Amino acid sequence: MEKKLPTIEIIEKYCKGCHICVEFCPTKVLEMKGFVVSVKNLEACIKCMQCELRCPDFAIKVTP
Amino acid sequence: MAYDYEKFIRPGKLPHIWCPGCGHGIVMKGLIRAIDACGLKKENTAIVSGIGCASRLPGYMDCCTLHTAHGRAAAFATGVKMSRPEMDVILVGGDGDGTAIGGNHFIHACRRNINMTYIILNNKIYGMTGGQFSPATPTGDKASTTPYGNPDPAFDIAKLAIGAGATFVARGTAFHANQIDKLIAEAIQHKGFSVVEILDDCPTTYGRRNKFKSVIEMMNHLKDIAVPVKAAEKMSPEQLKGKVLTGVLYKEDKPEYCEQYAKVIERAQAAK
Amino acid sequence: MAKKVAFLQGNEAAAQGALYAGCKFFAGYPITPSTEVAEVMSVELPKIGGKFIQMEDEIGAMAALLGGALGGAKALTSTSGPGLSLKQELIGYGCIAEIPCVIINVMRGGPSTGMPTGPSQSDIMSAKWGTHGDHPAICLVPASVQELFEETVRAFNLAEKYRTPVMVMPDEIVGHMRERVVFPEPGELEVIDRAAPTVEPAQYKPYDTSFGDVPPLAAFGSGYKFHVTGLNKLPDGFPTTKAEYVQAEEERQVRKVEGNADDIMKWEEYKCDDAEIIIVAFGSTSRSARFAVDQAREQGIKAGLFRLITFWPFPEKRILELSKKVKAFITPEMNLGMATGVVKAAVEGNAPVLGIFRVDGEPINPGQILDKMKEVK
Repeated sequence: MEKKLPTIEIIEKYCKGCHICVEFCPTKVLEMKGFVVSVKNLEACIKCMQCELRCPDFAIKVTP
Repeated sequence: MAYDYEKFIRPGKLPHIWCPGCGHGIVMKGLIRAIDACGLKKENTAIVSGIGCASRLPGYMDCCTLHTAHGRAAAFATGVKMSRPEMDVILVGGDGDGTAIGGNHFIHACRRNINMTYIILNNKIYGMTGGQFSPATPTGDKASTTPYGNPDPAFDIAKLAIGAGATFVARGTAFHANQIDKLIAEAIQHKGFSVVEILDDCPTTYGRRNKFKSVIEMMNHLKDIAVPVKAAEKMSPEQLKGKVLTGVLYKEDKPEYCEQYAKVIERAQAAK
Repeated sequence: MAKKVAFLQGNEAAAQGALYAGCKFFAGYPITPSTEVAEVMSVELPKIGGKFIQMEDEIGAMAALLGGALGGAKALTSTSGPGLSLKQELIGYGCIAEIPCVIINVMRGGPSTGMPTGPSQSDIMSAKWGTHGDHPAICLVPASVQELFEETVRAFNLAEKYRTPVMVMPDEIVGHMRERVVFPEPGELEVIDRAAPTVEPAQYKPYDTSFGDVPPLAAFGSGYKFHVTGLNKLPDGFPTTKAEYVQAEEERQVRKVEGNADDIMKWEEYKCDDAEIIIVAFGSTSRSARFAVDQAREQGIKAGLFRLITFWPFPEKRILELSKKVKAFITPEMNLGMATGVVKAAVEGNAPVLGIFRVDGEPINPGQILDKMKEVK
C-alpha cells in the first residue's frame, strides 16, 4: 500500500525563523530557506506533530 | 487534522509581537488547547494581564480580554470575578509583572483562594524594557541592570504561590509543549486559585547576555533542568542540584472565595 | 407617608447615597478619615446581593473597582489623601479605558501621612492633575451631610452617563459631621444607568464614536467579547500609535466632560446679585463663609457667597462674568491657595483675589473671612 504523505503548511508571513521546528524535528523534514522555514523532505515525516506543537508563531499546520 | 488555533484567535491579529524563538507563543498555544479541552465559552472567559511581553497575550485571544496596568492583573481580575463569578477568569503575565510590582496582589489572590487561574510566563527578565533583572533572575546572572552579575537571590515562584495559599500550583516549561495544555486545563478545572508557572526563554534580552548561543540552547536548557515530580522522588539531593521540578507541585481543597462570599450574602440576608 | 429621616455622619450618608444610586460593588482599603464609607458598604451590600471586598492595598482596591465596573456593576471605593495618591495610577486607567466608577475621597491634611484626623481641602488639584497625562476630571465638593448623599447619587449618574471615574471630595469635617438627612423616596432623585450597546456582539466596538463622544460600554460576561487596554486605542479597543487616532481619542476623552460642563457643573450663588465682595468657597469652609456673608450684610458690607458644588469642571465663565462687577473675591480654603489660583486664572485680572489659607487642621472661621472683607478697599 502506498504511504499517505502528510501536508505540512508553512504560513510564511507568521514564521520568524527561530529554527525550533527544524531543530526538534526527529527526522529532519524541515530546513531554513533564508529567514523562513520550508519543507525539505516530506517523505521522512512521521507525523509526530512536534513542529506544529512547538512553533511559537502559529506558522506550521500539519495534516497527517 | 492540524489543530485549529485560529478559532480562539482574533482575526487579523497574527503575527504576534514576540521575538523569534520566544516561548510565549508556545504557551499561548497550550492555553488555547486547554481552554478548548475545558470547553470554556469565549464570551464567558475573561483573560486578564498586566504589562510586559507576556501581558500582550490576551490581545490575541477572542475572549473578554483586559490588558491592565503593570502588576495589577490579579487585582483587576479579582474585581471581575467578584462581579461576575460565573465567568472563567484566566490571568497571564510575566515574572516581573507578577512577582515584583504585582507581588502584593499575587500573594493576596493566592491567599483568598479565588477561583481563577494565573499563568506566569517566567523568562527571568524584563523583556519589554530591554532586559533588566527581575525577582526571578538567578543570582550572578547578567541583565542590563546587573552588568557585574545579579546580587539578588531569586524567588521560587511556585513555592511563593504555595506559601501564600494557592490551592493548585504547577510548573512546566516552554520546551515541554505537550504538557502545557494539560497543566493549564487541570488548573482551570481546579476550584480555587491556581498558579501555573511556565519556565520560558527570552533569547533576545536574557539568553544573549547569559552565554546561550541560540534559541535551541535555551530550549535544551529547559529540557535539561526539568525533572517531573514523580521522577524527583527517586533522586538524591545531589542529583537534583540545579534542577527544577515540573508537573503538579501542590493541590489541596479549601473553601473558595466567591463561595465564601455567597455565604456572607446568605448570612446578611438572614439577619436583615 | 413620611419620609425616612436619619441623623447620619457624612461618610455614612455617602454610602447611603451610593446605595440609592444602585451601587452593587465596593472595593476598598481602610484609611482614616473615610473608613466609615467602607464599613457601611460591608454591612449593606451583601443584604442586597452586592459585593464588598477589602483589598490588599489602595492600588488593588482601585483595580478591583475597575474590574467590578467592567463586570457591569455600579462601583464605589472610598479613600483619603495617601490612598488617593496610590490610586492615581489606575484612575488614569479608568479615564483612558473609560470605565465608570465613583471614588469618595475624604480630604485630610497632607502631603504624605500629614494629619490623618485633621480636615483639609488640599486634594482638589490631585483630582485634576494627580494622574499623569491629559484626562477628563469630574470632582464634586459637597458641604453638608444631605448634600454628600445627593452628590454621591449624582456622581454615579455622571460616571455612568459620561463613562469615566468621578470623585466626590468632602473635607474631613463634612465626612465626619453628623446632620439630619432626609432620605429621598425611590425615584425622587434621578438615577442614570449605564447605556447598553444597541448593536449585536459581532458588531460591537467599545470606543465606537459613531455613537457620539460617549460610546456604550458592554459588560464582561454579557455576551460581548472585547478588548480593554490602558494603551492609546482604536475604536475596537486595540492599541494604536497612529497619530491621528491618538490625538482624536485624547481630545474626545477630555471633550466628553469639558464639552458637557454645563450639564455637570453645579454651584450656588448666595446674595451675589448686588455683591461687591464675593467669597468663593466649598465644603465646610463655605459654611463659615455663608455665616460671614450674613454678618457682613448686617454691618452694611455687600458680600455674597459663590459656593462651588462641582470643583471640576470649574465654572470659570460665571466667575469671569461676576468679576466684572465686584470689587474683590475672597477665597478661604484649607490649603495654601489651590482654589485661589484657579479663581485668579478665571477672573483674568478683573478683580483682586484674596486668599485665606489654613493648613493647621483647624477650620476657617467666619471671623477670619469677615476680617479679610474689611481689607477690601
